[in-house]
Amino acid sequence: MELAVWTYEGPPHVGAMRIATAMEGVHYVLHAPQGDTYADLLFTMIERRAKRPPVTYTSFQARDLGGDTAELFMEAARDAYARFKPQAMLVGASCTAELIQDDPGGLAKTLGLPVPVVALELPSYQKKENWGAAETFYRLVRACAGPRVARAEGARPRANILGPTALGFRHRDDVVEVTRLLARLGVDVNVVAPMGATPADLARLGEADVNVVLYPETAGVAAAFLQRQHGIPATKTVPIGVGATRDFIAEVAALVGVDAGAVLAEQASRLPWYSRSVDSTYLTGKRVFIFGDATHAIAAARMAAEELGFVVVGLGTYTREYARDVREAAKAHGIEALITDDYLKVEEAIAALRPELVLGTQMERHIAKRLGVPCAVISAPVHVQDFPARYSPQMGFEGANVIFDTWVHPLMMGLEEHLLGMFREDFEFADGAAPSHLGHAPAREAPPEPVAAGPATWAAEAESELRKIPFFVRGKARRNTESFARERGLTTITIETLYDAKAHFSR
Amino acid sequence: MDGLAAGPGCGEAPVLRERGQREVFCGLTGIIWLHRKIQDAFFLVVGSRTCAHLLQSAAGVMIFAEPRFATAIIDERDLAGMSDANDELDRVVTRLIERRPDIRMLFLVGSCPSEVIKLDLSRAAQRLSKRFSPAVRVLNYSGSGIETTFTQGEDACLAALVPEMPAEPGSARSLLVVGALAEVVEDQFLRLFAALGVGPVRFLPSRRAAELPAVGPGTRFLLAQPFLAETARLLEGRGAQRLAAPFPLGAEGTTAWLRAAAREWGVDGAKFDAVVAPGQARARAALAQRAELLAGKSIFFFPDSQLEIPLARFLSRECGMVLTEVGTPYLHRQHLAEELAMLPAGITLSEGQHVDRQLDRCRAARPDITVCGLGLANPLEAEGLTTKWAIELVFTPIQGFEQAGDLAELFARPLVRRARLMV
Repeated sequence: MELAVWTYEGPPHVGAMRIATAMEGVHYVLHAPQGDTYADLLFTMIERRAKRPPVTYTSFQARDLGGDTAELFMEAARDAYARFKPQAMLVGASCTAELIQDDPGGLAKTLGLPVPVVALELPSYQKKENWGAAETFYRLVRACAGPRVARAEGARPRANILGPTALGFRHRDDVVEVTRLLARLGVDVNVVAPMGATPADLARLGEADVNVVLYPETAGVAAAFLQRQHGIPATKTVPIGVGATRDFIAEVAALVGVDAGAVLAEQASRLPWYSRSVDSTYLTGKRVFIFGDATHAIAAARMAAEELGFVVVGLGTYTREYARDVREAAKAHGIEALITDDYLKVEEAIAALRPELVLGTQMERHIAKRLGVPCAVISAPVHVQDFPARYSPQMGFEGANVIFDTWVHPLMMGLEEHLLGMFREDFEFADGAAPSHLGHAPAREAPPEPVAAGPATWAAEAESELRKIPFFVRGKARRNTESFARERGLTTITIETLYDAKAHFSR
Repeated sequence: MDGLAAGPGCGEAPVLRERGQREVFCGLTGIIWLHRKIQDAFFLVVGSRTCAHLLQSAAGVMIFAEPRFATAIIDERDLAGMSDANDELDRVVTRLIERRPDIRMLFLVGSCPSEVIKLDLSRAAQRLSKRFSPAVRVLNYSGSGIETTFTQGEDACLAALVPEMPAEPGSARSLLVVGALAEVVEDQFLRLFAALGVGPVRFLPSRRAAELPAVGPGTRFLLAQPFLAETARLLEGRGAQRLAAPFPLGAEGTTAWLRAAAREWGVDGAKFDAVVAPGQARARAALAQRAELLAGKSIFFFPDSQLEIPLARFLSRECGMVLTEVGTPYLHRQHLAEELAMLPAGITLSEGQHVDRQLDRCRAARPDITVCGLGLANPLEAEGLTTKWAIELVFTPIQGFEQAGDLAELFARPLVRRARLMV
C-alpha cells in the first residue's frame, strides 16, 4: 500500500483511453463500475474535445456482483458495436473489474463481432497510465499492421509518425512541426498514429521506410515491434531543442538515404541568436531543476545546458520505464537522477537544491509557487493551460523558439536585472520587486535554513551589508556565508566574513 | 403562500427506470466538499490508483495546499497476500497521523476495490481508533461506485457520524439541520430560526469533528439536501423525527422549509410571515431579473446529484421554465413527496441511466438548456446545445432566500453567453 496525495500518472486503462480517443474508428468497451466515467472529463474538459471519448463503460454495481457481470459486459459490447460500428474494438477491465476476473477478451470473442477485437490485459495494481498507452498502441499495431511493402526504386521516402495521443503535452502541434521538418527533407508522411489514425491506416504502416518515434513512452514498444517484425527502422532522437532537432534531421536522412546538408545549413531557429544576444548574459549559470516524463526531462536538460547556458542542478522523472535513460542523462550533468512518483520527494529535492528556475509538470508549478521560485511547464500530466489556442509546439525549430520564450518568461529580463542592481538603494525601489512583465506576487526570499550546529550570528553591520545585495541572490549569499563561517568555526559574521565568503565561493 | 397544496403534481407519475452506462461520479467525490466542511477531519480512501486519479481530476486545482484527503493505493503485494493489507493500512495511517497532528477525525473511505476484496474497514477503524484514542477518532464509510452515486457519498459519511453523536439528555427539543451547507447559508438560517424563536439549532455535519450535535427523542430534523436517505433512517433510529418539507431552494422552497420548523415550534402565522417577508421580497426581486430570461425556455436534466427534482420544481414554478426530462440517479419518494407534488404534470421523470439512450432523447427534445456532467457538457455544446455543469450546483451556495437569485443566475449565464457570442 502506498500513500498518495497526488499522482503523476493515472491508471493504465486511462492510457488505453488516450490511444482510443486519439484514433478514429476504434471503440473501447471497458468493464468498470459506476464512477470510472470520470475519465471522460479529462478529455472533454482539459483537452476541450468536442466529442465524447469512444468508450463504453459497463457500470456494474454491487447488486450485479452476485449475479452475472459477464452477461452485463457482453450486452454492453454487443450494444456498443451496434451503435458505434467501429473498425476495431478494444476490450478490457479497469481496476475493480480486474478483481472479478470476467475475462473481457474471452467474452468478446464469443460474440463473433465482424471486426478485429483487441483484448487488453492492463494490470492496474502494477502499471500506470503511460505503460497502458504503450501497451494498447502496441496491441493495436500488432493486430492491424500489414507486412512491409517493398518500395519502388527512386520513390520519395516515407515515414510514419508514431506516438502522439489524446491528452498529450503539445502532441497536436508537434505533429505539424515534425511533418513540416520531414517535408523539408523530402520525406512524405505515410501514417500518423495513434492521433487521427484509423485501424485501416494502421494496416498501411508497412508502406514506410522509417518510423519516427516522437514519444518513446507511448510508441517505443510498437516501434520496436515494427522494427523486429517488419524490419522498419525507428528513430532514437527526439527533436526537442536546436541540437536535438539537427541530430534528428541527420538521423532521418541517414535512415532513408537523403542528403540533409541543405536543411542543416538553414538557420531555422531564432534560439541560437537569442541565446547569444547580450540580454541573455543574465541566463548564464542559472541553476535549474528539471522534472517530467523521461522524454521531456532529458530533452530539457540538454537544452538547458547547451542552448541556454544554465546549470542543471536536479533532473528527475516519474517514468520508471525510462529511468535508465534519465540516470545516464543526469550523469552527464554530474548529478544523481531523482526517480520517483511521490511529489513530496520532488518538493523536498527542490527545497534542498534551491534552484533559480524549475522546469516541471503542473505539480512542480505548484511547488515552485509555494517556494517562490520561477517555473515553466515542460511535460504532462496536463492542465487545461497546456492546450493553448495558439500554435505552440515543443519539437523542431519552432518548438525551440517556443521553449526559449516559455523558459525565459518567468525570469527577470537581463537589462532589468542589471537595473535592479543599480537602483536598489533608491528609496522608491521596492525590494523584492517581481519582473515587471509579470503581474503576480513577488518571489519571496526563502527563510534562512536552520543551521545544524554552531550557528554564527550576524553582526549588525554585516546584516545591513547583506541587505545591499540584490534580493534574488541574497538567500544564496546568506547561506554561503553561514556555511563558510560554520566550516571555520566562526561565531560572529562580520563584513569581513561576508566578503571572505564571497571571494571563496566566487566562480 | 403554501406550496404544499398546489396542483395535481407528479406524486404518482410513472418513472422511466433505466440501466446501462452511467455518466456519474462515485461517492468518493463527496470528499471534495466534505473535507472543506469538517475542518479537522481527514479522508483516507483505501482504493486504487483510479480512485486517487478521480479525486485529483474532480478536485481540479485543489493542490495549492496539502489537501485533507489522500489515497492508500492497494498494490499487487496486498492482493497477492505477500503483505497483510491490514498491517499495510496501519502503517499508512500511522505515517499520516504523524504527518498531520492536527487531525481529530479520520475517515477510512471504502472504494470499489476495497469492497470487492472484502477489506473490512469497520474493523480496521475500530482497531485504529483504539490505538490513536483519544487524540484521533477513526470512522469508516463506503464511497465506492458499486454502492454509491456521487452525493450518496455524503449520505454515507454523515450516516457514519450518527452513532458518534452524543445522546440528548431528557426530551429537550432541538432542531437539527442535516446536510452540508456553505457556512454563509448556515449563518443566514441561524438568524432566521432565531428570529422565529426556533431553537436550539444544530448542524450535521458540524464544522469541527469534536463538536458533533446531540440527538434524542426531542430532536426534530430538517433535511437540507435531498440525498440523505440513510442518514435520516439512522437519525430516526435514535429517536429524532424528520419534519417533512420541500428543500430550501428558491423563495417558495425556502419558505416551506422554514415553515415546517415554525409549525413544529408553534410559531404563529403572522410572526412567521413577518420574519420571512424581507428575505422573500429580496429573493423575488433577484429572481425577477433572471426569470424574464428563463421563462418559457425548456430544460433537460441528466442524472447527477439527486438535486434535480427540487431544482426542476424551482425552475418551473419560480422561473417559468418548461421541464422536458428530469433525470435523477435515485428517487427517494418519501423524502421528495412534497417536491413531486409541486412538479407540473406531463413531464418525464427518469431514474438510473443508459447514457446513450438518454442522449438520443435529449437530442430529440432539443432543450434550450441541458444540465449534465462535465464528461457530456462540451460534446453537447459542440452539437449546438447549451449546457449547465451539474457539479457547480453542488459546490455553490444555492440554498435560502439570499441565494435564490444566484441559483437562477447559474442557469441564465449559459443562455446569455450563447446569445452574446457572434463567432
